[in-house]
Amino acid sequence: MDTEVLRSYLPLFREALILTVRIGWFGIALAFAIGIITSALLHFKVPVLSAVAKVYIELFRNTPLLVQLFFIYYGLPVLGFQVSAEWCGIAGLGLLGGSYMAETIRSGLDAVPLSQTESALALGMNKRQLFGSIVLPQAFSTSVPALVANVIFLLKETSMFSAISLMDLMFTAKDLIGLYYDTTEALFLLVIFYVIMLLPVSIAGSFIEKKARFRIFG
Amino acid sequence: MSTEKEILKVEHIYKKFEDLSVLEDISLTVHEGEIIVIVGPSGCGKSTFLRCLNGLEETSEGHIFLDGEAVNPLSKNITAIRQKIGMVFQSYDLFPHKTILENVIMAPVLVQKRKKDEVKAEALKLLERVGLSSKINNFPRQLSGGQKQRVAIVRALIMHPEVLLFDEVTAALDPEMVREVLDVMLDLAKQKRTMLIVTHEMAFARAVADRVIFLDGGHIVEDSDPKQFFDSPRTERARKFLSTFEFEEK
Repeated sequence: MDTEVLRSYLPLFREALILTVRIGWFGIALAFAIGIITSALLHFKVPVLSAVAKVYIELFRNTPLLVQLFFIYYGLPVLGFQVSAEWCGIAGLGLLGGSYMAETIRSGLDAVPLSQTESALALGMNKRQLFGSIVLPQAFSTSVPALVANVIFLLKETSMFSAISLMDLMFTAKDLIGLYYDTTEALFLLVIFYVIMLLPVSIAGSFIEKKARFRIFG
Repeated sequence: MSTEKEILKVEHIYKKFEDLSVLEDISLTVHEGEIIVIVGPSGCGKSTFLRCLNGLEETSEGHIFLDGEAVNPLSKNITAIRQKIGMVFQSYDLFPHKTILENVIMAPVLVQKRKKDEVKAEALKLLERVGLSSKINNFPRQLSGGQKQRVAIVRALIMHPEVLLFDEVTAALDPEMVREVLDVMLDLAKQKRTMLIVTHEMAFARAVADRVIFLDGGHIVEDSDPKQFFDSPRTERARKFLSTFEFEEK
């Protein structure tokens, strides 16, 4: 392996990492927001909207991100919306992730005993207070491992962004290989940068899991 | 003893779960300061009755009024009504992700929008009164059943409810912890709190009750003062029920 080549590629990969993390961050934040709202609709069995939530989940869970990205990237301009590739990436990640998060959070919500809901209601809480302060925090503590797995999965899915010409890690590696044929160096850096991006998430995840579980279960 | 002010009025309520009829034509008037103990065999509808009073269960027929306001789980003001009816459950149901102090101050701050400092001061006073000052920063899982139940009582009290409902609050406790919870309730009785208590602790019922209601098969079979009920129950069913608590000596 040529260290000179590695060194010359580093700034490009650093750029790509920043872009990937930026889109990943916003996309995953969107996924959490969608997931929480969707799971709440399902948990409270809100008429009509819970059916919409189910259709949404099944639609996005059962289609590949690549297909969703194409739809957003090439479909929206047809409908008259001009959206940057970066926003398409965020939307795609958010919608795919939202469907996974919704199911994960819902299973956590369903695991909270009904008696918790009743004792909160007996104290005069309304549904919003009950959900935000009692049920959701407990659901999160039980589903931390699954949520962290989702986050890691979604960050890896960013490798699809190259398809809509976003210069993420995957795009950068493929581009460099195409230009200079330094395959080994490019792939080596690709692996290293994915690990640099994901290892902290994994470690933080275990830490949060321990903390969240300890509070409730000791 | 109670004053004349009617605080809770139950008019001909029925409760059915599909085909199963749990409550049939129950009527009851509770006066301010009155302590009513509800006894009866398992499955007689005692818990369901209490749960109807704060709208955790919807009645199939009939009306419940608190201070003249209808209790209806589907109406908008149900959260306001529930703040006036404190309830303590058999399984404590403290919030496991919150400390003891947070458990107590949460609803007054979040629901009643009271000032946190004022609520905290009151919480500390109440927790001291039930002997739990040293536990305020602990989590529920670190407490014994009796301690948890005392916290649950404080959590209901701090809302300043007009009526307190106790649903078999000592039934899940080890025998040596029953007393510490009953003592807290005796203390409340001395303060002339309006209380409806479902319990199997007959000696406690006798000591604390102004009125004993014997519920069987979804009906009020007897409604009398404790002396009458325990010494000379009017009905055969009540006599039979009470005899299950007695043991003959060898």
